[in-house]
Amino acid sequence: MPADSPAHGPAVEVEDLVMRYGDKVAVDGLSLRVERGTITAVLGPNGAGKTTTLETCEGYRRPRSGTVRVLGLDPHADRRELLPRIGVMLQAGGAWSGVRAMEMLDHVASLHAHPLDTAMLSDRLGLGECGRTPYRRLSGGQQQRLGLAMALVGRPELVFVDEPTAGMDPQARRATWELLEELRRDGVTVVLTTHHMDEAEHLADTIHIIDHGRLIASGSPTELTSGGRSATIRLVVTRPFPDGAPESLRTALGPHTEVTQLDAVSMLITGPADGSTLGTVSAWCERHDVLPESLSLGRRTLEDVFLELTGRELVG
Amino acid sequence: MSSPPPTSTFAPRPGAAPLHRQVAAQARMESRLMLRNGEQLLLAIVIPVIVLVGGVAGADRLGLDLEGHRAVDVLTPGVLALAVMSTAFTSVAIATGFERRYGVIKRLGASPLPRHGLLLGKVLALLNVVALQLVSLVVVGLLLGWRPTLEHPAVSLASAVLAVAAGTWAFASLGLFVAGVLRAEAVLALANLVYLLLMAGGGVVLPTSSYGAASGAIQWLPSAALGDAMRSALVDAHLDATALLVLIAWGVVGTLLTARTFTWE
Repeated sequence: MPADSPAHGPAVEVEDLVMRYGDKVAVDGLSLRVERGTITAVLGPNGAGKTTTLETCEGYRRPRSGTVRVLGLDPHADRRELLPRIGVMLQAGGAWSGVRAMEMLDHVASLHAHPLDTAMLSDRLGLGECGRTPYRRLSGGQQQRLGLAMALVGRPELVFVDEPTAGMDPQARRATWELLEELRRDGVTVVLTTHHMDEAEHLADTIHIIDHGRLIASGSPTELTSGGRSATIRLVVTRPFPDGAPESLRTALGPHTEVTQLDAVSMLITGPADGSTLGTVSAWCERHDVLPESLSLGRRTLEDVFLELTGRELVG
Repeated sequence: MSSPPPTSTFAPRPGAAPLHRQVAAQARMESRLMLRNGEQLLLAIVIPVIVLVGGVAGADRLGLDLEGHRAVDVLTPGVLALAVMSTAFTSVAIATGFERRYGVIKRLGASPLPRHGLLLGKVLALLNVVALQLVSLVVVGLLLGWRPTLEHPAVSLASAVLAVAAGTWAFASLGLFVAGVLRAEAVLALANLVYLLLMAGGGVVLPTSSYGAASGAIQWLPSAALGDAMRSALVDAHLDATALLVLIAWGVVGTLLTARTFTWE
């Protein structure tokens, strides 16, 4: 690490960031921090402003208002100083269509002072067998892995990976997770965007949930899922609910419970985890002549948190 | 956070390679990609050779007015100009259009390679490919019996080099302008169309004077200016200052347009 860089302080600090495309507000007063040496997930549905936020941190876009500091630098004004120190994985593309996979990786390596050994890196990412394949003929997952390799090859302090596992099969996904965890172990800060809850829950030290360009919740996976309430009940019934069912159920359960209808036959109930809630729900079903197909009680998942915060499902 | 053990695979050790190494790497990469692309090779070498061979073979039958010069002596400089135009304009426009489409320029924008390094790498790759084209076409011309004027070899050489340099600049700036404002498919179509139109009617292969009444307008095209400057240099051992100024003017216009409109994504 260069001596003049502030080795302390957050890796990323975003304050009151506003970004617009024409009339459309993409990021609306967002503030968040990323601590050094951690994996931080920025989670949200498509169009939530994740990529725009990342691209502002990478120096591609100038904030409309607000401030962004990355490794203590202004990503736009200090771009030349910052870029060698960060690794960037774009959501898609980033290579010539006719370039061979290894050729591209070697090229990016040659732009850095102390690149990783590209043979080792391609081996780690399972790119060995497609090293001579032109980029346009790589599978989606191989293109993603090459994109990740390109982000890592310069031995950055901080990597931004935009939906790193999109298009990967489950095996490659697992391998990528392990790699990201190894990066953290070796002292690299990782910022990733995802709309996969399991990815954020599995990997992240800190999760920032974004919707409509705003931060709606932050915390460790445990903090987010334990929350103020302690239990979640998922109710799935055999026939569609009658009209007004959520309101009626809410009335039956009392003021400390939230009821959200997910679709015609399922509902999510969040409230105090005591036997009475479960009992009240089954009594309500009997009274309204609906037949439960399943009634499950469990800890909240990130999905539940998101649903509770936005009233919508986080569609992948 | 304690610092990681030095043996860790991914322990950070960031840094940019020296700029000259980055530029050289970029130039090598882009040259390789240009020469690997079949369509671009067709444009760069095959079509100029066909035009030259066909023109020399058919000159008598076409009844071209070459003011008493041998066909091969007039056509070879014109075909050299055509080759410069094909690479500097058409190849640069198409390659850059698709680089924008595929996010290559965006990705490199997040690498240590600065914008001016990227541009310099592109220019070096372009000059490299143009040099290869010119050498190949000079050899083909000589085999067909081309005898450039040897009246003032230094003037001829200097004028030709200036013409190639100004022509490359003018066409590359126009190519980048087109690539920066249109979608990749539209760039592909337009760059090829413009190339065909200029090859046929732009005074590049044939002297502007052979276009009769239209020649007054045609001489202001960058294609005619480059063709005329090359013919002046290699047929008459003369520096065509007007043609060079026309090329420089197009270079200025192209550069300003590109600077005002080009976006990297």
